Amino acid sequence: MELGKRDPVTGRTTTGHEWNGIEELDTPVPRVVLFFLAVATLFSVIYWVLMPAWPLGWTYTKGLLGFSDRAVVAQAVHDAATERGVWTDRIANSDFAQIEADPALMRSVKETGRTLFADNCAVCHGTEGSGGPGFPNLSAKAWLWGGSPDQIAETIRVGINAENPDTRSSQMLAFGRDGILTRPQVNDVVAYVRSLSGLEPGAGSTPERIEAGREVFAANCVACHGDAGKGNHEVGAPDLTDANWLYGSDVQSVFNTVHGGRQGHMPHWQNRLTPVDVKILALYVQSLGGKTP
Amino acid sequence: MIAGLTKGERQLSLAVLTVLALCGLAFAAIGHDDPIGTHGFIILLVAIGLACVVIAGYYAPEPDKEQLSRYYDDPTRAGIVLAMAWAVFGLFFGVWVAALLAWPELTFDAAWSSFGRIRPVHTTGVIFGFGGNALIATSLHVLQRTTRARLPDQFSPWFVLIGYNLFCVLAVSGYFMGLTQSKEYAEAEWYADIWLVIVWVVYFLIYIRTLQRRKEPHIYVANWYYMAFILVVAILHIVNNLAVPVSFGHAKSYSLFSGVQDAMTQWWYGHNAVAFFLTAGFLGMMYYYLPKRAGRPIFSYRLSIISFWGIVFMYMWAGSHHLHYTALPQWVQTLGMTFSVILLVPSWASAGNALATLNGAWGKVRDDATLRFMMVAAVFYGLSTFEGSFMAIRAVNSLSHYTDWTIGHVHAGALGWVAMISFGSIYALVPWMWKRERMYSSKLIEVHFWLALAGTVVYVFSMWNSGIIQGLMWRTYNESGTLAYSFVDSLVAMHPYYIARTFGGLLFLLGALVGCYNIWMTIRQAGGRVVLQGPDVDEPALAPIALQAGE
Repeated sequence: MELGKRDPVTGRTTTGHEWNGIEELDTPVPRVVLFFLAVATLFSVIYWVLMPAWPLGWTYTKGLLGFSDRAVVAQAVHDAATERGVWTDRIANSDFAQIEADPALMRSVKETGRTLFADNCAVCHGTEGSGGPGFPNLSAKAWLWGGSPDQIAETIRVGINAENPDTRSSQMLAFGRDGILTRPQVNDVVAYVRSLSGLEPGAGSTPERIEAGREVFAANCVACHGDAGKGNHEVGAPDLTDANWLYGSDVQSVFNTVHGGRQGHMPHWQNRLTPVDVKILALYVQSLGGKTP
Repeated sequence: MIAGLTKGERQLSLAVLTVLALCGLAFAAIGHDDPIGTHGFIILLVAIGLACVVIAGYYAPEPDKEQLSRYYDDPTRAGIVLAMAWAVFGLFFGVWVAALLAWPELTFDAAWSSFGRIRPVHTTGVIFGFGGNALIATSLHVLQRTTRARLPDQFSPWFVLIGYNLFCVLAVSGYFMGLTQSKEYAEAEWYADIWLVIVWVVYFLIYIRTLQRRKEPHIYVANWYYMAFILVVAILHIVNNLAVPVSFGHAKSYSLFSGVQDAMTQWWYGHNAVAFFLTAGFLGMMYYYLPKRAGRPIFSYRLSIISFWGIVFMYMWAGSHHLHYTALPQWVQTLGMTFSVILLVPSWASAGNALATLNGAWGKVRDDATLRFMMVAAVFYGLSTFEGSFMAIRAVNSLSHYTDWTIGHVHAGALGWVAMISFGSIYALVPWMWKRERMYSSKLIEVHFWLALAGTVVYVFSMWNSGIIQGLMWRTYNESGTLAYSFVDSLVAMHPYYIARTFGGLLFLLGALVGCYNIWMTIRQAGGRVVLQGPDVDEPALAPIALQAGE
């Protein structure tokens, strides 16, 4: 290979270097590259002059615009709060009845409640509030602790079996495991409880057994669930006569509940949501289940 | 393998393997109740297995003078096979982890298959397993051909290749067990990191020792890039992995940095890993195999040089663009953003230099899928570097950051650029290395090319869509001044794109499998060795070299 050989395709000469057959053309750097290098550099220099840019020991060049991320964020947060304050202040200062009587305010509650619910509650209760095994269905009107906005707000604030000092506490005892009831007694009361809501009787669920279960129920369960099994909002005892089953309605599930007990847990939100957010959520959650408490 | 080593090197191998086995034994003994114990056993088994190989070949005749005067390509051949094996492994886990995002139940309730574990298995498998092996294999080939010097010895390239793969195995098996430093692309724990440093220093020494003995007056630009890759990755790896182990018997360690300093160190590392591992190394690959395959001279020597220095200088500043609008001081963000913008110029200059080199060879690009792989790689390099500089602008980043747009950008680079230039180079290299006239099937290279291109396009487009929708949903307010969408709403919107992305990844994986088959059949091709007439003539490196006039 001779030095400065001419390449027939481009008409350029090569540099004379050659590595295992690879050569290089002596093409000058295209003008457009230098042009864009200049443009990009100019842009950067101007940006450095205007904005915080270069470190100077303990400080840095502040830039001619005096721009500061912190200030911008603080201002944006302030502006957003002011804008929202138009209606959130009214939420804060009104009771639930007043809020519910104001259709415009309720529209904001519904809009905001939906995202608040989806971001904070949906992980357990589902995006539609329909719950799942162990997580109550909030759209079924089957309230454990009461369905008025005040009651719901209190549940959100303090949680259930949570670490809040005011927490709502409830415990279904482990009647079988802890030896309070014998195994036949557990089977009897399971048959009786399932009969309360008119479920298909399971295997071995004879009328005699249901009768026996009624006596077991009267002796052990009515304290929380009430004489008719209608439940009690004061202790979070569920209504056993309706079609809602927190842990399942089949014989095995009900047996597990009576035998091993249940202690559901809902975290408290007192320090994570603002009082206004709790109020909005209470109204939103109530709207999922209709108005009747 | 062993027949290529001299007597002294066989003894050295046994000595090194004994030390390695003792280290493994010590870890296995001290860390019996810790994942480090499992790793001790793996190290011990690897060392014993390799020692058996060395002992089995110990009394084989030594290589003669003629053999020692030729280029030493055994490690390159092994590296190609390893790279393809890691490609299939890493891409398979990529498809799996993509599918997990659409169908979360695909973990099958196992801990080892949870997202947090198989995601780094995927990234380490493709970046370090596939990319790293491809870089080591090609760099050893390019280094010898462009210096006309044999590798300095036979032991150290094997030490680098096997040692590097041991690092990859320790890293990946650690993730399955739940080990991680929680640093992206630097998840491997302290002992694996220390091992990699030793391997990497030997790798660098191979380069230096070969370049010292070169018979070409100039160092070709590909070697500049490979050298930058090796040197800077060493610096990045050491600094970012500075950590204090809980004890020498525990796998867990704690980083030397904390808070925003830790974040900045991590992204200085992370972005320069992109720069020097995924860019500089593969540019080295491109600068050799593309002009070689095209049979054209490099478009502009000067452009190669200014691009090299531009890329090397500019990238070092750019890492902070990963931390826009965070606790990182704004002036650091400014520097990261502005240098990222300037960086576009040398990046495009490199891509342009590659594409302009093809002038006069576009007919070949049309007919030869191997060269087309490299051409498309250069195009994707240009596309993703433009996108990268664009996304580094703070205003753009406020939309794109934390969204799938970033994932799309990374894969435009990783699939479109890194993997495509590797496949193209490997298809060029395999017939040279195994002395075949050509690949087993050029049709299958076509099939691989179109699968890879289709997979990349489907993947990148779905992530662009998904990312921009996500970004917009996260910043849309309703009339009440509340965010209009919950996070769950944005997940629901992502779902179809996650399915499309999985499909794109699957196409890419299928392409790689086709490539493996093709390479395997080329290696096994009937007819044995053909005398090579191609462009990669193996002259004995010791043959007298006539210097050109004036050099």
